[in-house]
Amino acid sequence: MAHGPQTGLKRWLYTTNHKDIGTLYLWFSFAMFFLGGCMALIIRAELFEPGLQIVQPEFFNQMTTMHGLIMVFGAVMPAFVGLANWMVPMMIGAPDMALPRMNNWSFWILPFGFAMLASTLFMEGGAPNFGWTFYAPLSTEYAPPSVTFFIFSIHILGASSIMGAINIIATILNMRAPGMTLMKMPLFVWTWLITAYLLIAVMPVLAGVVTMMLMDIHFGTSFFSAAGGGDPVLFQHVFWFFGHPEVYIMILPAFGIISAIIPTFTRKPLFGYSSMVYATAAIAFLSMIVWAHHMFTVGMPIAGELFFMYATMLISVPTGVKIFNWVSTMFRGSMTFETPMLFAIAFIILFAIGGFSGLMLAIAPADFQYHDTYFVVAHFHYVLVPGAIFSITAGVYYWLPKWTGNMYNETMGKVHFWLAFIGLNLTFFPMHFVGLAGMPRRIPDYALQFADFNQMASMGAFLFGAAQVVFLFNVVRTVMGGKKATDKVWDNPEGLEWTVPSPAPYHTFSTPPVIR
Amino acid sequence: MLRGFDRLFALLAASLSVQSVLAEEQAVERWGVNMPKGVTEVAQTTYELHMLIFWICVAIGALVFGVMFYSMWRHRKSKGYKAAQFHESTAVELVWTIIPTVILILMAIPATKTLYEIYDTDKADLDIMITGYQWKWKYDYIGSDVTFFSNLSTPRSQINNEQPKSPNYLLEVDEPLVVPIKKKIRFLITANDVIHAWWVPDLAVKKDAIPGFINESWTRIEEPGIYRGQCAELCGKDHGFMPIVVKAVPQEEYNAWLDGRVASAVKMRELTGKTFTFDELFAQGEKVYNSMCAACHQPNGKGVPGVFPAIAGSKIATGPLNTHLDIVIDGSQVNPAMQAFGEQLSEVDIAAVITYQRNAFGNEMGDTVQPVDILNFKNKQ
Repeated sequence: MAHGPQTGLKRWLYTTNHKDIGTLYLWFSFAMFFLGGCMALIIRAELFEPGLQIVQPEFFNQMTTMHGLIMVFGAVMPAFVGLANWMVPMMIGAPDMALPRMNNWSFWILPFGFAMLASTLFMEGGAPNFGWTFYAPLSTEYAPPSVTFFIFSIHILGASSIMGAINIIATILNMRAPGMTLMKMPLFVWTWLITAYLLIAVMPVLAGVVTMMLMDIHFGTSFFSAAGGGDPVLFQHVFWFFGHPEVYIMILPAFGIISAIIPTFTRKPLFGYSSMVYATAAIAFLSMIVWAHHMFTVGMPIAGELFFMYATMLISVPTGVKIFNWVSTMFRGSMTFETPMLFAIAFIILFAIGGFSGLMLAIAPADFQYHDTYFVVAHFHYVLVPGAIFSITAGVYYWLPKWTGNMYNETMGKVHFWLAFIGLNLTFFPMHFVGLAGMPRRIPDYALQFADFNQMASMGAFLFGAAQVVFLFNVVRTVMGGKKATDKVWDNPEGLEWTVPSPAPYHTFSTPPVIR
Repeated sequence: MLRGFDRLFALLAASLSVQSVLAEEQAVERWGVNMPKGVTEVAQTTYELHMLIFWICVAIGALVFGVMFYSMWRHRKSKGYKAAQFHESTAVELVWTIIPTVILILMAIPATKTLYEIYDTDKADLDIMITGYQWKWKYDYIGSDVTFFSNLSTPRSQINNEQPKSPNYLLEVDEPLVVPIKKKIRFLITANDVIHAWWVPDLAVKKDAIPGFINESWTRIEEPGIYRGQCAELCGKDHGFMPIVVKAVPQEEYNAWLDGRVASAVKMRELTGKTFTFDELFAQGEKVYNSMCAACHQPNGKGVPGVFPAIAGSKIATGPLNTHLDIVIDGSQVNPAMQAFGEQLSEVDIAAVITYQRNAFGNEMGDTVQPVDILNFKNKQ
């Protein structure tokens, strides 16, 4: 009955165990986070002052493109999938994921996809240099030859995401413990269920658009070339029909993590569970009908501008409900501030700031001024770094004792938090100012009046990078050993994962727990 | 690529001296933290809208974060605070769904009004066609012969830190767009190769320039002055080096400028028949090369391996003249990055730049190409 993992390399290569695969995803994501982070540091080093110092513009564009792609597809998405693999079966009382062999595949094709993407850096003509949004015709007619490898790589990453999503949906819908109705599921499970549907809805759209690019480049079609009867704006519509839900794919699971952490450290149940579920669903629905707010300046008819403006503004209502609910959970709680809680609180504050700048961006006439400036860069980094990265970090600290059976070092965790918090704000807050003052994004060199804030941002970026080294060190130390964690770990956590021993056994719930 | 990290450290050390390079009187502008108020009515309305939304966000933020910090300070376990157990209140949740919705409606009203104003391109006094090229702007004054290109005028030596940077570093061009004040000017915006975006913050005009499509925008500038902007859509490696300068002048000054422009266009056509010496062509060719060709083929003619071919020792620049004429005038069929310059440049400039390319960078063809040769080549086609 109780059999453990295989030994050595085989364990990881052949594993169908949700915990092993979760671990693989998380380490892979961590590695990609550092790789994408190093690229960001090259960008920030070049922008430390006006003039070209460290890299040439061609390489600068490759770095911005690869940084974006690696962070989105390599760091944030796999990290959430890793957390889902670890936690979803444990949270719903299932023995494993519903489709364990596919689970192995959906992880193992990722390293190959990224190896192909990274190999383009060494190709003649260089890596993709057209931005992570790869607007045609820059990414088709005017792209380096390596674009073909980029397209195949995107196909692989998309296939991995879709397989992961199918697996999560199948697990959640079929393998819940007796008595766990949908409205009794932890919010992390709920948010992932909705995210998985979003993934299945939009990843094929991305696959479609890169296939259209492939056709334009190699098979003589002209989907995106006006000279052949095509439309360059069509690319943007298709891309953002994927791309806008994609940014919600990178935030919805975060809502679930934060909704688990805040009640634990306030010792008070989550305020408004059902409205949290409805708000998540509403955000997911709205995310599918607002894509063209990325394209206010392409010359849409005014009716289109108005529709996308109103719909986009509307997203702030369910998002606001979530923020208000978290604050109400904290209100009259009995709070302590361990590392996961610090990251969760920073998440709420900074994500709200990102939300405010998002609301400003929704106002079409003002967006004409903000569009494609550093104000946008500031906005989406305030949403993604605290939103996705901080919530993942919070989740790792929160569940690490359960995974390893050891407590992480609290002091080091707090040092990590404060360095990251200061570094992040120093990096991204000044970007609001340079953006408003007129600095376009994706430029390797800039006018003199932007010098001071850029210098600040670059210093902040290196600080933020250094903070992550502390994180790595802390995680490795905890995996190796340390103070033993209790089964419940925290004062008053809620959920099935805290009913099993720490570390969680290789196979949990071979007899399903019963939920009353 | 990486030119060594020792340079980075040298830069870190030099960063303090950057401050002193810039003049004191620029201090205020240097720390610009907000959108410019602008010099058109639309720009000012946009600015006010931006500030309105900003202050609403600040107010909501202060309220929400206030409650949050209050409970973080008051409701701590270390202070012995016992947690309440409430977790549901439909009434409260309805309130904070309805109030934000009302606020949004209040925001949407002025936003919609401004949008209608921006979209009203009717009854313009002057039409200007703007075409984005990699990496320069072309301006056509519709209804006159005046058409010209506007290139970055910051020298490469400033970009490469070999020379001190001028105050308008990267925001200066050889030929600004000249427009009259207090006139409704309609811009027709398109592109020749990839997507660009024409953006001048002080005018609050930003519109994508899309190949095969024409977008519209408009402005009415109230005060004379020089207004600077940049391309705002990633358009390849020199995206950061594609500035826009708009010079708004009183009507009489504008008329005089336009007349001068028309006269010089006529003179340029006359020059086509003239025979130039090698040295004249070579000197003019160097100028044209640096503004039109150097962005891709590099100032030293060595190109970028794998992306932009070299001119130095190239098969085309050291081969038969007709092949060379063909690629410069008609562009490349294989590589769309090589534009057709036949329409962009005058016969004199094409003759000069070809002469230059065949005799510079160690190419020693000894060819002298005259403007007439270019004209004949074009006519044969």
